[in-house]
Amino acid sequence: MNPLTALLKRLFHRRVVLIAALLLLSIAALALIFPLLSDVDPNAIAVLDRLRAPSAAHWAGTDELGRDLAMRIVWGGRYSILIGVATACLSVIAGTVLGLLAGFFRRLDAPIMRVVDAMMSFPDILLGISLVSILGASLWNVVLALVIVYTPRVARVVRASTLVIRELLFVDAARAIGVGTPRILYAHILPNLMSPVLVQLTFIFAYAILAEAGLSFLGVGVPPEIPTWGTMIASSLQYADQAFWTIVFPGVAIILTALCLQIVGDGVRDLLDPKLRETT
Amino acid sequence: MFRFLLKRLGGTLCVLLLVAVMVFALTRLASGDPIALLLGDQASAEDIAQVRVQYGLDQPLLSQFGYWVKEVAQGNLGNSIFLQRPVTQALAERAEPTSFLALFAVAIAALIGIPCGLIAAVWRGRLVDQILSAVAMLGASVPSFWMGLILIQIFAVKLGWFPASGYGNPGVSLIERLHHLVLPAVVLGVLNSALIIRFTRASVLDILNEDYVRTARSKGLSERVVILKHVLRNALVPIVTVVGLTTALMIGGAVVTETVFNLPGVGNLVVRAVLRRDYPVIQGALLVIAAIYVLINLLIDLIYMLVDPRIRV
Repeated sequence: MNPLTALLKRLFHRRVVLIAALLLLSIAALALIFPLLSDVDPNAIAVLDRLRAPSAAHWAGTDELGRDLAMRIVWGGRYSILIGVATACLSVIAGTVLGLLAGFFRRLDAPIMRVVDAMMSFPDILLGISLVSILGASLWNVVLALVIVYTPRVARVVRASTLVIRELLFVDAARAIGVGTPRILYAHILPNLMSPVLVQLTFIFAYAILAEAGLSFLGVGVPPEIPTWGTMIASSLQYADQAFWTIVFPGVAIILTALCLQIVGDGVRDLLDPKLRETT
Repeated sequence: MFRFLLKRLGGTLCVLLLVAVMVFALTRLASGDPIALLLGDQASAEDIAQVRVQYGLDQPLLSQFGYWVKEVAQGNLGNSIFLQRPVTQALAERAEPTSFLALFAVAIAALIGIPCGLIAAVWRGRLVDQILSAVAMLGASVPSFWMGLILIQIFAVKLGWFPASGYGNPGVSLIERLHHLVLPAVVLGVLNSALIIRFTRASVLDILNEDYVRTARSKGLSERVVILKHVLRNALVPIVTVVGLTTALMIGGAVVTETVFNLPGVGNLVVRAVLRRDYPVIQGALLVIAAIYVLINLLIDLIYMLVDPRIRV
């Protein structure tokens, strides 16, 4: 491949990432800002308008209580995105701490990683429903359950990277000039973990939105009165035969958001780690 | 080699014990009294207390755990509070749809994932690679219940090719039962193929850089022989691991798909148990599912040790 086509290829790749990032930003902006500006009530019930097909008045149709679906998707985005962001940030923080400790201190490695192994032997969604059923169904308990599910995944990735970084020359050099362990962890190892951690952050964000929808579908997620993309599908389920759009549009919102997040995650990995560009 | 084996077995036992502790702790930390749920609003406090004693729920936690582990070691997972039968029996009744579904789905996932991953790796950076990578990413972004609902609408409601739900009446032929599994298996298979595409691609790309691939090419072997005999065979080792682990995860991870299609499988059993706080069933099912995963993991490692001498060192 000549250098020019290589450059074009990379630009093409970057452009896809750019489009995904812009799309993601607009979804987030719409979901976060629109409800503040609008005085429409997404829970306003209009029984006469129930289960209307998509039209000029209702772009995405109406649900079983006559609520405008397009409005509810925008409102639901707030909660779905909130759950995704909170889960991603908290599990990345917890997983990084655990992975860093396991990777850096040999004594802690076996105990931490055996617990991580044990937790990862449960299928995600099964652990999720069990935890939510114990904690009780509320928005923050769903987040907590998902954080418990995804923390081991981050811990495993961070540990693997820490094991490599720990052996690098600059860590030896830092130790040789008398830098203490806390500072080595904080100033020398942590910054080098940023690339794998950022990638995990975007992927867990996507998984969390998908998992929330799955939990709501099973009836053990966020309470149905909070509009998330998951609860919207769950509540319209029995009308799927007559009003197909009630499940299609919230699903499209989930897919679009999760897809953009993964494209951005992949792009971040390529940008931050040129070595990976060639192989994966 | 013997030391490695011992260490690996010790680690596995340790993980299994931790799994048991977690499963036990999980259900005992729960709020909500299953006995009160079972007996309903009319039950008096004495009735509840009596049934609690009957199920051993009045003992201290540690002795409950000790008793439970001892029973589990003898293959007894206790009795379901709601189903009025042993948990092992309830699991055994549900095992068939779940294991058939897992095998069926993994076959679909591997048949899509391995060829697509290979093609993407061989034509790396070309349009076909970009399309396949995009499709793989899309597959990882679709909620399984949503895809299930869409397929039901199209292939069951509109076209009527496949049943929308269930596993047929008891005693129907195997063909009939498999017919019920087609749509759920397609959902799980297609969505899980995304992971296998990515993994195959990465694994094949690794092998393509090896010296022996260059040697094979410089010997004048045709590209087809190089890819199929030298690259794919070596790349297959990690791919088989992923396929194996995917199968293991599907046994309990198909909860959502089983619920969409109303399949009487293990996942469905757990969801119902969770909604009714049927502790013994939740415990037993989680334990068995996690143990299967851990043991498949161990089995894969042991097979590698036998097959690949490099790992033993």
